[in-house]
Amino acid sequence: MGKKILEVNDLHISFHTFAGEVQAIRGVDFDLYEGETLAIVGESGSGKSVTTKSIMKLLPKHNSEIKSGKIIFQDKDIVQATEKQMQKIRGKDISMIFQDPMTSLNPTMTIGKQIMEPLIKHGNFKKSEARKQTLKLLDLVGIPKPKIRIKQYPHQFSGGMRQRVVIAIALACAPKILIADEPTTALDVTIQGQILELMKDLQQQIETSIIFITHDLGVVANVADRVAVMYGGKIVEVGTVDEIFYNPQHPYTWGLISSMPSLDGMDDELYVIPGSPPDLLKPPKGDAFAPRNRYAMQIDLEKEPPMFKVSDTHYAATWLLHPNAPKVEPPQNIQDRMQKFSKGAY
Amino acid sequence: MAKYLTQRIIYMIITLFIIASLTFFLMKFLPGTPFQNEEKLTEEQRIILDEKYGLDDPLPVQYANYMINIAKGDLGVSFQYDNQPVSSLLLKRIGPSLTLGFQAMFIGTIIGIMLGVLAALFQNTWIDYGSTFLAVLGKSIPSFVFAALLQYYIGVKLEWLPVASWNGFSYSIMPTIALAIFPIATAARFMRTELIEVFSSDYITLAKAKGNSRTEVAIKHAIRNALIPLITVLGPMAVSLMTGSMVIEQIFSIPGIGEQFVKSIQTNDFPIIMGTTIFFAFLLVVIILIVDILYGIIDPRIRLAGGDKHE
Amino acid sequence: MSNSTENLPKELFEPVSTDHMNNEVIAKPQLSFAKDAWLRVRKNKGAIISAVILLFIFIMAIIGPYLSQYDPYAQDVTKANLPPKIPVIENLGIFDGTQDINGEKSDIYKNKNVQEYYWFGTDSLGRDLFSRVWLGTRVSLYIALLAALIDMIIGVAYGLVSGFKGGRVDNVMQRILEIISGIPNLIVVILMLLILKPGIMSITIAMVITGWIGMARVVRGQVLKLKDQEYILASKTLGARNIRLLIKHLLPNLSGVIIINTMFTIPSAIFFEAFLSFIGIGLQAPEASLGTLIEDGYQTFQFLPHLMIIPCIVICIILISFNLIGDGIRDAFDPKMRD
Ligand SMILES: Nc1ncnc2c1ncn2[C@@H]1O[C@H](COP(=O)(O)OP(=O)(O)OP(=O)(O)O)[C@@H](O)[C@H]1O
Ligand SMILES: [Mg+2]
Repeated sequence: MGKKILEVNDLHISFHTFAGEVQAIRGVDFDLYEGETLAIVGESGSGKSVTTKSIMKLLPKHNSEIKSGKIIFQDKDIVQATEKQMQKIRGKDISMIFQDPMTSLNPTMTIGKQIMEPLIKHGNFKKSEARKQTLKLLDLVGIPKPKIRIKQYPHQFSGGMRQRVVIAIALACAPKILIADEPTTALDVTIQGQILELMKDLQQQIETSIIFITHDLGVVANVADRVAVMYGGKIVEVGTVDEIFYNPQHPYTWGLISSMPSLDGMDDELYVIPGSPPDLLKPPKGDAFAPRNRYAMQIDLEKEPPMFKVSDTHYAATWLLHPNAPKVEPPQNIQDRMQKFSKGAY
Repeated sequence: MAKYLTQRIIYMIITLFIIASLTFFLMKFLPGTPFQNEEKLTEEQRIILDEKYGLDDPLPVQYANYMINIAKGDLGVSFQYDNQPVSSLLLKRIGPSLTLGFQAMFIGTIIGIMLGVLAALFQNTWIDYGSTFLAVLGKSIPSFVFAALLQYYIGVKLEWLPVASWNGFSYSIMPTIALAIFPIATAARFMRTELIEVFSSDYITLAKAKGNSRTEVAIKHAIRNALIPLITVLGPMAVSLMTGSMVIEQIFSIPGIGEQFVKSIQTNDFPIIMGTTIFFAFLLVVIILIVDILYGIIDPRIRLAGGDKHE
Repeated sequence: MSNSTENLPKELFEPVSTDHMNNEVIAKPQLSFAKDAWLRVRKNKGAIISAVILLFIFIMAIIGPYLSQYDPYAQDVTKANLPPKIPVIENLGIFDGTQDINGEKSDIYKNKNVQEYYWFGTDSLGRDLFSRVWLGTRVSLYIALLAALIDMIIGVAYGLVSGFKGGRVDNVMQRILEIISGIPNLIVVILMLLILKPGIMSITIAMVITGWIGMARVVRGQVLKLKDQEYILASKTLGARNIRLLIKHLLPNLSGVIIINTMFTIPSAIFFEAFLSFIGIGLQAPEASLGTLIEDGYQTFQFLPHLMIIPCIVICIILISFNLIGDGIRDAFDPKMRD
């Protein structure tokens, strides 16, 4: 593993809404290493976007609050950084790709201008140089006829093409960290594949670290080095792709994996995790997953589980890993996977 | 675009046709109009009406003549103003009305935009509340009530500005302000909502993620996008200005079309009422059409719609 | 990381059943749309204060004319043009029955030898302004509510039919709407009033002719949106008859847009009535509405400003209150505005 480039420590973030305080992030820890791709998975509302937006300090000012925690980037705490300092980081050191390419470009500004903006801002490019660089970038992300395209408006581009433009913007200044918040969810399958390939390709060239948010575990297996599983505003399990896919420890991860359509298409019925996500207005005492956990124990209702170490790279927050916990049998399909893992055949 | 435009123009013509027919048949068939109460008219007026509308002709002929005259721009002659043609009376009085209307529209939208932008930039602060409150006042208080109060306090009590009449710029200040409150309110509210929506859109987040400052985001990305749809409220604004101008011109004794219209209503000068009605309708329909076209020109999404889409 | 938890008692690791908890989670009622909206409106201080003020004005519109001992129509020239005079408050130096005449304060009540108190003064015919203002408020509100109600009925019906029938019916109905809405409502109203005999009914009718269009539009829009939603589709496949479907599913969902729209048509109707009365084609004497009172007051406002200012204040308060409530409800129902 390379050098640590980003370190998130015990992050707590709340939103103040009319209904009360939504504790969206309740103690998130993770590290990001140079050149790696970290996938963050978890159901809707688990706090993936909020976590990553906080790294760029892009949460809505009027109702969000970072209650505590640290986000260390290049020896500085982003939580404490001023807006001015953030402006130097955004788009240069850290940049972002959003879910919906149809809405993430300014409809009344030409594509060229939108790509040139960060170049002129951070790269000290003159206008003519920026234009040249933009043409290069468009070519790099696989947009044909860049000379014509540079003068066009977003609505003249298809969804996949737009996402390429967004990637060009994000990579314009060769950032150290690229945050991709479900970059392929809104695209159809063939385009999805192309965009993923493009991202992997460019990552090699620019040597950037990627935080990749997705719902789709299939995509995770394809792009990620490590995976963090989020539930109810926390990371409940983190490990390498193999560890998460073939030796999962947290019952929520079991559920997630079971609900993934199998690649061989054998299972005709998809598993659904019963119950609904926790109410972040009044987060439960103990383990937030307990009410939906088939293996729940008394202690799950009383005390939040700490991160138990499974290996140097693998941690999970479930009391099942406590020495005093009874041995439980994971669901059959998980056991099958684990078996493959122990045999080393993946 | 061309197809859309043709469609709009056809609607415009239908609308005008209906309004013109409506005025004709209302005047023709309903009691209380000069066509019905011929005995109320002076002999001279009766002769004029007779000549003009051929009251003894069969109805379809009268209707056809009426419509042809309108198409030619002939709106009949006035009773109260020595039988002058309505069209020339309108032309004579259009100056003050247009001056007033444009001043109010111009000042109103500019102040309104500024208020709205401030409110959105400082959302949920006292600046926002203040601007929103002003906008509610502007939208709620009828312009004639505001005009009358202005006239009393600023004109009569404080004597800062001339109470009434039309003799130069200082005379236009109070009526302009009175007329402008509605455009101010409309523009401010619209701009605030629109900007807040724009601010919550993904492309603004992306603009921030590029390292733009708040001010840069607002100026380069947000305001332009919020301004474009503002064009759509210019139509309703024009309607309200027309409504407002009638009473405002009357209150400040301004020799405009509105004042003449109100006077004609009070003196039953039907040719002027009908003529002005058709004229107003024409003006409005044209303004709305222009607004539509303008929107198409300014918004690249519409400007290029149906154009070259590649993949 | 796990060292501190080593000595936890074994009982804590007994499995527990989570079935009941799951049920709880699922059964926990989601805030219903209307309730959610109500919570938001309640937080909007402007809307709540406006509602209280409006309630007060409604009550005054009903009982106000009887609170003063004077008949709103009774003329008494010996008591004409009196300024406001209110017991108790008069000691504060306001509403004390005096009036500036050439820079000098003089007690008009004394000059005219009037013993009674006229809270809002009297007009040039010696009629009591207090009872007339509330009578006028009553008439203005009556016209506005009536117009809004009729607008609502026509608009909702038109919108429902148009949206629900769809296809060619919808197409034709939309074209008709487009043409009618192209006609400036001011012009229709003025033309109608020139022809109908001025009065409460004719003003209402004149306003309704174009007033219902906005409602028809939003209702149709909403129907089209709701029509595609699952539960409508579901009950359609289950064979529910169209009418029952309409009432059971659509109307509750439509209530939001209907209420919001109505909250804005009422003040615009009040404005229109006042406007028409002010240019002299609204209600005719001796009938009183806020518009006619302002018009009357305007004739003499240089000398007797209270005759104009008091009804102006009342109409402004009503219009501002309605608009604030309308805004409050609209923001509450608008999902875009939530955070
Ligand atoms: N602006 C906001 N105001 C209030 N609450 C918010 C806001 N943004 C997010 N939240 C809350 O924070 C929680 C986490 O949201 P987040 O967007 O991070 O979820 P997510 O994991 O990205 O889900 P998805 O997969 O749907 O994108 C949710 O419960 C959400 O309701
Ligand atoms: Mg998200």
